[in-house]
Amino acid sequence: MNPYLAGFLLGLVLLGTIYITGRGLGASGAIKSGVIATVESVAPQHADKGLFYVEQAEEHQGRPLNNWLVFEVLGVVIGAFFSGVWANRVGLKFEKGPKATNWARVIGALAGGTLFGYGSQLARGCTSGSALSGMAVMSFGGIITMFAIFGSAYAFAYFFRKLWLK
Amino acid sequence: MGPLVPYIISNEFNLVIALIIGFFFGFVLEQAGFSSTKKLVGLFYGYDFTVLRVFFTAGVTAMVGVLLFYHYGILDISIIYINPTFLRSAIVGGAIMGLGFIMGGFCPGTSVCAAAIGKMDAMLFVLGSFIGVFAFAESYPLIKDFYLADAMDPVTMFEMLGMSRLAFAIVLTFVAVFAFVATWFVEMKVRKQPARVSKTRGLRYSVAALLPFVVIAIVAFLPGRQEIIQNKIAEAQRQKECVFYEISADELANEIIHNYYKINVIDVRTPAEYEQFHLPMAMNIPIDDITNRKWEMVFNQDVKTNIFYAGDSLSVRMACLKSRFVGDAKNLILTETAAEFKTMFYDLEQPDLATASKQEINEYNYRSNAIREMRQLVDALKNIGQPVVREVEVASGGC
Repeated sequence: MNPYLAGFLLGLVLLGTIYITGRGLGASGAIKSGVIATVESVAPQHADKGLFYVEQAEEHQGRPLNNWLVFEVLGVVIGAFFSGVWANRVGLKFEKGPKATNWARVIGALAGGTLFGYGSQLARGCTSGSALSGMAVMSFGGIITMFAIFGSAYAFAYFFRKLWLK
Repeated sequence: MGPLVPYIISNEFNLVIALIIGFFFGFVLEQAGFSSTKKLVGLFYGYDFTVLRVFFTAGVTAMVGVLLFYHYGILDISIIYINPTFLRSAIVGGAIMGLGFIMGGFCPGTSVCAAAIGKMDAMLFVLGSFIGVFAFAESYPLIKDFYLADAMDPVTMFEMLGMSRLAFAIVLTFVAVFAFVATWFVEMKVRKQPARVSKTRGLRYSVAALLPFVVIAIVAFLPGRQEIIQNKIAEAQRQKECVFYEISADELANEIIHNYYKINVIDVRTPAEYEQFHLPMAMNIPIDDITNRKWEMVFNQDVKTNIFYAGDSLSVRMACLKSRFVGDAKNLILTETAAEFKTMFYDLEQPDLATASKQEINEYNYRSNAIREMRQLVDALKNIGQPVVREVEVASGGC
């Protein structure tokens, strides 16, 4: 799909979201809910003591998965799968840069995910929730986070070029 | 008026909406090619700027759309969620995310999309995000001070830069269009292709780039919802086409005493004037506040009759007209002004029985009864929302 058309459609989805719900899109919040739900069911004693879980428990009222973003991300999974089927792109695949070894990609993906997960909590949102939705409502914090994400990725790009380039 | 949640769409059904919105979100991300990590990191090596194009186009579209909705009163932007700003954690968190982006090749949203169509590297990334959030949760007590440092509330970018909302929209759209053109040249150079487009394509892109500016111009120059309402009111007054149903002060007093649960007495003066004196059972909705969505339930219902009054006969008519743009409740206006009502009831003087006509005496009797009953009613209903408190007597015993 033409990227500008895709962007326009994505913008309409975001606009519709703001119009209907008064909030923007997101992704990392659902992961947070998943982590909280896991910790609360696997190690309830730990969840009772940990400051983060206690603070979050006040918000979710005992039902961490009864959350807007959890349902939204479930929708993302379905929507992306539907799109993949439509475009005939579904299938188990391990994607990596042409020069990268499998192990480098495994470690890179895991470490990258970990960092992104950590950073998204610190900055109160990821590329969707903070940068994109923040831009739509002209939030100062959102736009600052956007610059920080892309600026930092550019700054570190040189060091990880062997992961991606020929 | 939006947002539709929670008044028009309930919070429970909102979760179904979330699923539907997520479907479209995931569909568009996948269609844009964001399920491929090579496409995503292409941005940082200059060979593929798809991410920037999709991202900025989406941001500008939504931003301009929000402006347009606001302008025509479709969306109340004073209550939508604006991300709060915590400067230090926003910058450091963003920098950590950037490092994660270049190492993992995804961001959370795109990794979920890619995992959904079977990309195993994306599944690892999602697993990593869980670990990262868990690590944050565990280290939270240590970094809480930093996490909460420099709290600035939900401040917006244009406030920070000291410009108007529209000026910032223009700047951001310019930056986006400039970035689209500049990165296209970079991309062509990295790919070693000639930087040329066909005439029709160039024309189409130019028109597309102009569109957001056209919308911003509409917002800047065409009258918005408030102005449209004002104009229509002015027009209606000029044409003298509007009919107002009036109610006299004596009738209103009777209504208040016997049918207070069937009417809303609405004071459209300023809160200060309302504080100083207001009619019994009156609520205060200043005339400029009538279109505020919090009063929608007052103006858009078919249970109670709204009775407006003000300090002068012009503004009460303005208010009544204005309320018709919010809803179709039955409206009446009080013939007398607030001050006249006060003289008639509160500052009631006994006429000289020797010289007064029978009508004057009847009037006096009626009004003095009415004010007494209205006072009793106000007093009786003062605590209507309060729970009945029962004194608990502690049993005393012993000797």
